[in-house]
Amino acid sequence: QSDKFVSAGPQKFTQEFIDKQVEEFEVGKRHLANMMGEDPETFTQEDIDRSIAYLFPSGLFEKRARPVMKHPDEIFPKQTAIQWDAEGRPFHFLFYTGRQSYYSLLHDVYEKILAIERHQDKMRNKGLFTLLTGSRWLLKEEIEEYLVENISDHDYVRLIQLMEKLLSMPYCSLEEEFILKFRKQLEAQSSKHEIPALQYDPQGVAFSVADGRRKTAKASITLRDSGSGNITINGRNYLHCFPLLQDREQLMFPLHFVGMLGRFDIEGSVEGSGHSAQAGALRLAISRALLSFVSEGEVERIRQAGLLTADPRIRERKKPGQEGARKKFTWKKR
Amino acid sequence: MLVFFLFCFLYKSRLSLQYDHEKISERHTGQYYTLPAAHIQKLFPHGLPPRFQLQIKTFNEGCVMVRPPALELISYLKKADYSKPPLRYILYGDVGTGKTMCLSHALHYCYTQGWLIVHISDAHLWVKNCKELLPSSSRPSRFDQPIQASQWLKNFKITNERFLSKVQLGYVWTKRERTEKGQPLGELVDQGVNRMKSSSDVVGAVLRELRLQAGGATEGEGAFKLAVAVDGLNALWGKTSLKKEDRTMCEPEELTLIHNVRKMMKNNWSGGAILTALSQTGSLFKPQSAYLPSELLGEEGFDNMEPFVPVSVSNYNEKEFESCYLYYLDRNWLQHSHSRSEEGKKELIFLSNKNPSILERLCAFL
Repeated sequence: QSDKFVSAGPQKFTQEFIDKQVEEFEVGKRHLANMMGEDPETFTQEDIDRSIAYLFPSGLFEKRARPVMKHPDEIFPKQTAIQWDAEGRPFHFLFYTGRQSYYSLLHDVYEKILAIERHQDKMRNKGLFTLLTGSRWLLKEEIEEYLVENISDHDYVRLIQLMEKLLSMPYCSLEEEFILKFRKQLEAQSSKHEIPALQYDPQGVAFSVADGRRKTAKASITLRDSGSGNITINGRNYLHCFPLLQDREQLMFPLHFVGMLGRFDIEGSVEGSGHSAQAGALRLAISRALLSFVSEGEVERIRQAGLLTADPRIRERKKPGQEGARKKFTWKKR
Repeated sequence: MLVFFLFCFLYKSRLSLQYDHEKISERHTGQYYTLPAAHIQKLFPHGLPPRFQLQIKTFNEGCVMVRPPALELISYLKKADYSKPPLRYILYGDVGTGKTMCLSHALHYCYTQGWLIVHISDAHLWVKNCKELLPSSSRPSRFDQPIQASQWLKNFKITNERFLSKVQLGYVWTKRERTEKGQPLGELVDQGVNRMKSSSDVVGAVLRELRLQAGGATEGEGAFKLAVAVDGLNALWGKTSLKKEDRTMCEPEELTLIHNVRKMMKNNWSGGAILTALSQTGSLFKPQSAYLPSELLGEEGFDNMEPFVPVSVSNYNEKEFESCYLYYLDRNWLQHSHSRSEEGKKELIFLSNKNPSILERLCAFL
């Protein structure tokens, strides 16, 4: 129904129509060549104009009104094809800007700019890339040491900005050595964790001991490599200690992450705080104890999973003049 | 592959093992057998745990797993001598390990063998949350619980319909009501159901009559064996949470129902068996870690029940867990795609520690 309301606009020619006109023009051109007695293959547009002027002499002063035989592309105005489908939805995404071709051209140019910038980045960072990650700029104190002079914060910031500008040049790899003098390597964090030693039972069963803490709850664990999945905490089964599913899931997390669920026997003791904190403390202790059973790459993975970070959150102090740590007394306007 | 094989075997045997207790033996441990719907309606109008009743409704069938404690009980029942005083069996174990289910299994066996069933589904219900506590009409120092008593009589009637016409007796209730000698048991039960005031006394009378008549006639029409099943036995000797009118605590002794059931527990009659199960979940004033008979029954209860045959019920072992897991898979209960994998199964084992009730609750939302 929307067809009724679409304005016709300048008359639109379909592509088939134009193609047909082109065909007719070619055929007509050959006919004309035959008529004039010239070779159809080498009949150019100038020859056509000459022939038409000869065959149809016209006394009109306006040159553009005289009979013309030209290629249809020159006669029919170059039009845009219909830009919307049968339901009235436009094809191009920029149709509603009014000038879709112009804006899409701008888009293309910008894309090319971005591609070139990316290429530039690649080229630029080829040399220094591996050395820049895992290192940082020297601190203000270290620069002062190097220069044996005092510099202010403002000066330090200016220096770092200038270094960054140097790095942004495409061919800064020429000055690699110079730049590296002012960068310091960061230590890999995973080597900081100390892995508890793997001890052996009289029976030859491997076990390790580890501690964990969370919010006043302290846990200490012995992880045995015996092959059953029993967990005993404070002498009782963990089903009794943690009737809540959430706590048991916390216990399960380190073992499940490493994929060794049914392999270990855990014997532990916890004290202090509430059930959730105790579960958190146990989880930390299990992850630490697991480090000795696991390879180097796995240690890094466990660290990145956040199993080895001790949760620093503690109960916030209640402040005077307030109900609790954050809650204020009722505010009265007067 | 082994799992798949076991599953096939399990599935086949699940369909074929109906309720033929003769054929069930130790090699069927871990397999499920179906309780016929008619039996469930008659035998367990109040007996099954509520979650299991929900499961029956969902799966449209009641399947019970055959487990060693139940088999042990049934074998004792088969071998016992019924001319002697009844043996007392106590099922004990940790919370959620399946004591009530094993008891129901054994009770089903008794039912199919044609015994008369006296089943108290949860004695804890009589000892707490009672709205009406009437002073007893027959004895001055006791208290009646008409609602619970009449409820129980109704259930008793449904379970033991075929016996109601057989047994005969006579009693005096109040000045106006009396039952003559020679009246069938059914009439007595009906009277208890209709007249709420004397229902607790009716219960006592019924129990006494059954005790007297159980071992009485050895052959002929009147012969029957009596199965007394009590769940939550520790309620009989624990404390109540009911208060008398002058706001002092009630002792279990002072409740008619409890008193009568205690009398049943004594083995001064013959011709039957006493099957009981302890229960910590409904018990009052007992810590959650207590599950041994001595802890839950207390000194008095323990002395009263001695000697008894203890039967311990524990968590699923590997095979039983496997079977339960396959059953849930078979019924499409485990919808989560991860739970069908090996790792999912390991997680389930860890999280539930192969405890039946916790596993059931876990699988409920998967």
